[in-house]
This record gives sequence, C-alpha cells and structure tokens, in this order.
Amino acid sequence: MSTENVRVEVDYNASIPNNVALAEDRRLLKALEEWHPQYLAWWGDMGPEGFNDKEVYLRTAVGVDPKGWAVFDHVKMPDYRWGILLAPKVEGRTIPFGKHKGEPVWQEVPAEYRSMLRRLIVIQGDTEPASVEQQRHLGATAPSLYDMRNLFQVNVEEGRHLWAMVYLLVKYFGKDGREEAKMMLQRRSGNEDSPRILGAFNEETPDWLSFFMFTYFTDRDGKMQLESLAQSGFDPLSLSCRFMLTEEAHHMFVGESGVMRVLERTCEAMNEAGITDPYDVEAIRKMGVIDLPTVQRKLNFHMSVTHDLFGSELSTNAASAFEAGLKGRFKEEKIDDDHQLYDDTYPVTQLLDGQLIDVEENAIAAINGRLLDDYIKDAKGGIGRWNKMIAKLGIQFELTAPHKAFNRDIGQFSDVCVTPQGDIVEQATFEANISSYLPTESDLNYINSLMKPCYEKGQYATWINPPKVGINQRPVDFEYVKLA
Amino acid sequence: MVFMRQHLIDPEVCIRCNTCEENCPIEGAIEHNDDNYVVNAALCEYCMNCIAPCPTGAINNWRNVRQPYSLEQQYLWDELPASIEWADTEGTTEALEEEANQILDVAHQGSGVVPAPATAARPQINLWSQGSPAKAIVAGNYRITEAGTESDVRHIILDFGSQSFPVLEGQSLGVIPPGVDDNGKPHAVRLYSISSPRDGERPNYNNLSLTVKRIAYGEHDETKKGLASNYMCDLQKGDEVEITGPFGSTFLMPNDAAAHIVMLCTGTGVAPFRAMTERRRRMGIVGSGKTMLFFGARSASELPYFGPLQKLSGELLDQELVYSRVGAGTKEYVQDRMLKRASDLAELLEDEDSHFFVCGLKGMETGVENSFKQICLEHNMDWDKIRTTLLAEGRYHIETY
Ligand SMILES: Cc1cc2nc3c(=O)[nH]c(=O)nc-3n(C[C@H](O)[C@H](O)[C@H](O)COP(=O)(O)OP(=O)(O)OC[C@H]3O[C@@H](n4cnc5c(N)ncnc54)[C@H](O)[C@@H]3O)c2cc1C
Ligand code: SF4
Ligand code: SF4
Ligand SMILES: [Fe+2]
Ligand SMILES: [Fe+2]
Repeated sequence: MSTENVRVEVDYNASIPNNVALAEDRRLLKALEEWHPQYLAWWGDMGPEGFNDKEVYLRTAVGVDPKGWAVFDHVKMPDYRWGILLAPKVEGRTIPFGKHKGEPVWQEVPAEYRSMLRRLIVIQGDTEPASVEQQRHLGATAPSLYDMRNLFQVNVEEGRHLWAMVYLLVKYFGKDGREEAKMMLQRRSGNEDSPRILGAFNEETPDWLSFFMFTYFTDRDGKMQLESLAQSGFDPLSLSCRFMLTEEAHHMFVGESGVMRVLERTCEAMNEAGITDPYDVEAIRKMGVIDLPTVQRKLNFHMSVTHDLFGSELSTNAASAFEAGLKGRFKEEKIDDDHQLYDDTYPVTQLLDGQLIDVEENAIAAINGRLLDDYIKDAKGGIGRWNKMIAKLGIQFELTAPHKAFNRDIGQFSDVCVTPQGDIVEQATFEANISSYLPTESDLNYINSLMKPCYEKGQYATWINPPKVGINQRPVDFEYVKLA
Repeated sequence: MVFMRQHLIDPEVCIRCNTCEENCPIEGAIEHNDDNYVVNAALCEYCMNCIAPCPTGAINNWRNVRQPYSLEQQYLWDELPASIEWADTEGTTEALEEEANQILDVAHQGSGVVPAPATAARPQINLWSQGSPAKAIVAGNYRITEAGTESDVRHIILDFGSQSFPVLEGQSLGVIPPGVDDNGKPHAVRLYSISSPRDGERPNYNNLSLTVKRIAYGEHDETKKGLASNYMCDLQKGDEVEITGPFGSTFLMPNDAAAHIVMLCTGTGVAPFRAMTERRRRMGIVGSGKTMLFFGARSASELPYFGPLQKLSGELLDQELVYSRVGAGTKEYVQDRMLKRASDLAELLEDEDSHFFVCGLKGMETGVENSFKQICLEHNMDWDKIRTTLLAEGRYHIETY
C-alpha cells in the first residue's frame, strides 16, 4: 500500500481510526493492534492522573480537510479516538531541498537513509508521550474547568502525535520499527534508568505557570521541528507532520493565552490596589497573583532550556539530514535561494576572543543555528503581545527574551556564563546574580502555594483571568469537564 | 447595499499561527505582516474553511459595516473596533450556524443586511442544528403544477410531532440530504422557505409546508438531478427528514394589519408569500393594509398554487399572475406587469406603511429594480433615495437563489 490510499475522510468504524486504508494492510494492522492495548495501558499508568473517568469537552478530527477536523463533544479521555491521520497528498510533489532536490518524493524509505530517518522519527516521537508524563499531575490543581479541558486536549493530541510517529515506525521500519514503538512506551520522563531522550523532557511540569510556559516555549520547539519535517522528501513523514501542525497550533494557543491571562490578572490586581511598582513583590503577592519579575524568571528558564533542544548550532547530523532531503528548514518553500546551499553561508553567533560575534558559516552546517534563530523570532512575537497588554493596563514593565547564549548546556555557549541581557560575565558574578535570572526556590514555593484546584463551573483561580472567548464559541462558564 | 457583513480577525485573541492562511483556498484572502493577520474584504468568499481549524476562535468575528475596514486599518489594530450596533441592524443574525448564515448572506446580497420590518414578531432561530437536527415526518406530498408539464413543484407537509419548531412567515429551514458526498462528507444543507403560516399548515397542528421544485440541470450534455430537491420531491408519506433551523430574522412579515405588503416573485419564490397571504386570510380582513402579489411563471399550468389562488377574493389579495410562455406575443415578466400597475405602485412607494418583498430566482432582481426606477422616473420620485429609506427601515427585502 502506498500513500495513494490516503483519503480525506477518516474511517471511524475501524478499531484504529485512520485515513490510510489500514484495513488493506493486514500485517501493519496486526502490528498496530498489538501495540494499541500497550498504549492504552501506558495511558492508564502515565496519562493524566485521576480524570480518566470524567467527560471532557474534546475536539476530535473526523476528516483532515478544513471543515472535517473539529468536532467537539464530551468524551472520556481513554475513549478518545486516537488514530492515524495524514494530510491530503499533494500530487506530483518533489523533494524541495538538498541534493535530491527536484526528484519525486519517496513513498518508501530510501535504503541509504534508513537509520538517519529512523532516528529523526524516534526523537520526535519520544517527545510526545514525554510531555503527557510531565503534565500528568496538573489536573489536581487546575485553575478552572476551562483550563483543565485545554490541558487534557493537549494531552490527548500529544498521544495522537505518538500514534502518528509509531505508525511510520511500524509501517516502514519492520522489526526495528516495532521495537522502537515498544520503547516509546517504556522510557519514562525523569526516570533515571530509562529517561526520555531529550533533556527538557525529563523536567517535571510542577505547576500551571510552568505548563503555560512549557506549551508556549517548549511545544514551540515541537512546532519548529514539525515544520522542518513537514518539508521532508519522505512523503509519509511530511504528510504526518503537516496534519500534526494543525493540532500543534492549539498547544501554542494554550501557552500564549495562558501566560497572557496570568499577566493580565496581575496587572489588573496591581491597578485595583494602586500598586505601580512591579518590583513591590511582597505587596503584589499578598493579593494572590504572580508578580511580573517572577514571570520573567520563569520565562528565562523555559526559553533557555528550550534553546538547548535545537542541539548544536553547527551540526553535522543536521547537515546530513538536510543534504539527504529528510529534514528541511522552517518555511523552506518561502525561502528565496537554491535550497541546496552548497555555496551559501549563514551567520552563527559564536564565542571568539571572549566576545559573542556573528560568524558566517557554511549554511548547511548551520541548519540548526538557523532553526534556533527562526524559533527565537517566532517566540518573540508572543512576548511582544504580552508586553502590549501590560502597557495597555498602564504598568511599566517589559518582558524580554533571554539572550540565546544564556543558561545553555548544549552548543556554542555551554562553557560560558552569559546574562539574560547577553553580557559575558565571570562564573562567580553569574552565580551571585542567579536569583534575578532564574526562578528561586522561594519563587517556586510561592507559585506552588497558589496551586489550588478551582473546579466550580465558571470560576477561575485568583491568579488568572477567565479567557476572552470560550472553546468552540461556548461561554467561559461552560461545563468543559463534567466532574460529577 | 446598505451593510456588509465583514469577516475580521480579533488581534487580541489571534496567536499568529498561520493556520487560517494555510487553509484558505482563496489566494490572498488572508494575509499578514509582523503585527497582524487580516482578511481582505474584497477577496474573502465566506467559504468558512478557516473557521474550524483556527485554534483560538479569533477568526470567527463579523461586523456589520457600511464601508469595509481596509487592510491598512486592520494592520494597525491592537483590538477589534467595537461592533457598531447600527440601530437599524439590531437582531439581524439570521442563523447560528455559519453554513446557513452564509447561504442567507448570498440570498440577501441584493439588499445587504437590512433590519426586519418594525412590527415583525421576534423570530426564533437555529433551535435545531446539523449536530442535532429535528426529525420531521412527511404528512403529505402533492404535485401542485399540472401533470405533464416540465415544472414539477411539490407541496410537502412536514409534521414535527412533539419537537418544537416555531416559525414566522418568511423564515426558512434547512434540509440535510441523507448520505455522503464523493469525499465521504455529509452533504451541505439546503434552505427552503416555509410556505405555511405560523400556526401550522393545518391550524394548531405542529406541522408546516414547503414548496419544492424538482431541479434538473445540464452539465456536459447530460441532465443531472438536483440532490436535495429530488430527495424532497420523492419523499413518501411517513418518511423521516432531518431538518435544521428555523432560519432568517429579517425577511419577515410585518404584523401590523395596516401594513401594505407588496410581494414580487417567480416560481417557488411564492413560498413565503403563500405563508403571508394565508396568515392574513386566517386573521380575516381586519386592517387597512393592502396585500398585493406579482407572480411570474411560464404558464398557468406551471404556476404553483394556481388553483388555490383563484379562490382568493380580490379584497384579500390583489394578484397579478404573469406568464412568460403562452402563445406568441403575450410573453410577459413580473417587471413588465409592474409597469402596468405603475400608478398604484408609485402611490405605495410613497406610503410609509408599505413593505416590498422580492423572492425567487436571482435573475429577477435586476428587472424588478429597473421597473421601480422607471416608475419613480415617471412619477418624479427619486428611486435611489426611496430605496435607501426602505432598506434602512426594513421595508424592502430581497431573498433570491
Ligand atoms: C433562502 C432560500 C430559500 C429557498 N427556498 C426554496 C423554496 O422554497 N423552494 C425551492 O424549491 N427551493 C428553494 N431554495 C433553493 C434550494 O435551497 C436549493 O438550492 C434547490 O432546491 C437546489 O438544490 P438541489 O440540492 O436540488 O440541487 P444541487 O444538487 O445543489 O444542484 C444545484 C445545481 O442546480 C442548479 N440549480 C439550482 N437551483 C436551480 C434552479 N432553481 N434553476 C436552475 N438551476 C438550478 C445549480 O446551478 C447547480 O448547478 C431556496 C434557497 C434559499 C437560499
Ligand atoms: S471564509 Fe474562506 S475565503 Fe474567507 S478568509 Fe476564511 S477561508 Fe478564506
Ligand atoms: S488561525 Fe486563528 S489564531 Fe491562527 S493566525 Fe489565523 S486567526 Fe490567528
Ligand atoms: Fe506533539
Ligand atoms: Fe504539542
């Protein structure tokens, strides 16, 4: 079976909903049917804790065309129809970049790139269940039913993303692929013996501000990776990622609007109390809202940790994947160059003679550096919108993105101390000031003290505003989760 | 057009994720710069492809405007401008489902968004939706054009049992043809005007009637059958039909017995006018309001409700039946007959109690408007000015398809 069988409509009568004519490929179907109960068992063990028997107002795709893919209903999470959905195929698509540029896209795995491709899929796939595990305790402290619903929607969609990657592994990588699929359910976020592959996915998501920051900054790494994989010359990967991106947009929304509502509540509370100094932390915290400097430190943490996810700015792995036509650049189709880059350069910030300097590097070697820059530009957009709202409420405070060399463990800057403003400092100076860069124990304790569940329909915790509009045009006091 | 319903994006809610632009089939209808995502009013075709995928709901914003906001204006916004509640467009939401709304937008293009007549009753809309349609039972299906003629128009009676389906004269309802299209998706809804008055086809029964024409059309030299109309025309007594609605909150009958109602229609466009006429017949002749009908068809044998119309007194209904296909030389359209009644119509155009309704095929609009213009010219009246006043006061309504 090739992706010629990919259809717009989804077969929901099948045990595994799909638009890839699964029923016609018996071996694949059997393999996935074996994996299915293991997945459900994983969801039971490691999915959202305590809410699997509650009805949640979730969105399920009934088709992958614009009109078919947002049907809303109250369902229990374990009954969510996880399935295999590929975006509609583009006829006559050719490989958009790298040394095979212009050749027809691959419908089967090219033998020479088999292990590289498998690695890319495994790394992407591993992040999906990881974030579900990281967030599994948050239901217990949800600031509203609306937010709880958004959390669970993100969770079931991350589960579906895992399905998407597992489908590729099982269908195209035989026994190895089946083995990898199993491993996806065996690694555990934060587990010392079998951790998740990438560092940031082993950090716990301890509170709701962390969750919003994570979905804004760290899921955005996922978005950038999916965007680059959506360019892939391996067509099934491209089609999978294209559909995943539409779901990823929802995660971006949860993060951006979540932080926005936290900031808005704080600024409004300050105005109501007549507090104009955003650094008057004690007075602000007395009102049960999160002071803006703490939000800045949380931002510094999540954004810098996410920078590491892009890997080394200069990377031979990324270069090979680009040359092979497996993983492209963000918005490859909109970039005006030859898409092969043999003679091109790209400026990569580096530490030279004690200074941070942009050095022109071979553009293929700098693929990761470029993706990181694209990420930073994308992430700064939302920070700008948060600032607009703060300014509109008359508070003198501006959030800023930390310098990309700040707090790095991977890449060019892992051995140097750089402040969020981008100044290189001695290690001692850095450590002396760290409490103004990154959240302190007491910041985290304070945030933690606010994490009390708010389960009344239409009620929102003290530290966050209700959203401007509800989900699917429902009111903000809609029963997004039926707890009774 | 007095108003336009402009499609806008709320910059305060939008997260600039590009999903809408990705899904919009019209090149350039959605564009963006580093600040905002915006919809181009000149290009957007109201296809609604962008609505469901938008993760935030930012794109589901609509404003009644006299002059659309330009792209330059939209790029400068930090928030949406307050929706201007034009006093005269309050309550003009025709449906709560975008699909039906869009169909009615197109049907009302000739007039733009206009308010309901001042004395119309408050309509209920969208009590039933695609997600949970009402299930009506066919209580009767009668051909009302002469057998053997090309036009097969049916009077179809639907019974709603215990389901609430309150309607007003002028409203329509949605029919969802059973089955799926070539892509395996449910069929799009079709709208049909309700042709019985508010108290039911049979007074105080929970039923209503529709007037449906069987559609056949040529495509590449073969004749194709209209999907919904053939489904409806073939219904048997006892069949179950999925219905959404009711829809429409502007094309409504004035309640005032002193209101003059001038009805101009062709073919099944008569449906809402049968409802209004029947409403007035059942009320008895109680006020000074005139009821006047201009009704065009090919011939008497193809004119829906020809028989019943003959039985109505001239006092109740001043009717002008017009035929376009009777022997040579007598070919006549609604617009021609209007000119023959020019002085009566001129008088009505000046009367503040007059309401004008146009319903039927899109093609009839221009002729009707030209005749109004001509009549005004002959009587030293300014049609453009009168038209603007009529629209603003909810006394001129166009619903064509
Ligand atoms: C507000 C509103 C009220 C309406 N009220 C009525 C009503 O009371 N009675 C009624 O019968 N219909 C009414 N219609 C029209 C109805 O909704 C359908 O469009 C019509 O029945 C055709 O649908 P179908 O599924 O049979 O045709 P489709 O399968 O949708 O095929 C439509 C095709 O037929 C052609 N076509 C459609 N209608 C006609 C036509 N009248 N003459 C020639 N070609 C046509 C189109 O060009 C198109 O190619 C109304 C429409 C609107 C918007
Ligand atoms: S309604 Fe259709 S045409 Fe208009 S902006 Fe949305 S997708 Fe584009
Ligand atoms: S899809 Fe919605 S949120 Fe995303 S850019 Fe478009 S309007 Fe904004
Ligand atoms: Fe994901
Ligand atoms: Fe995500």
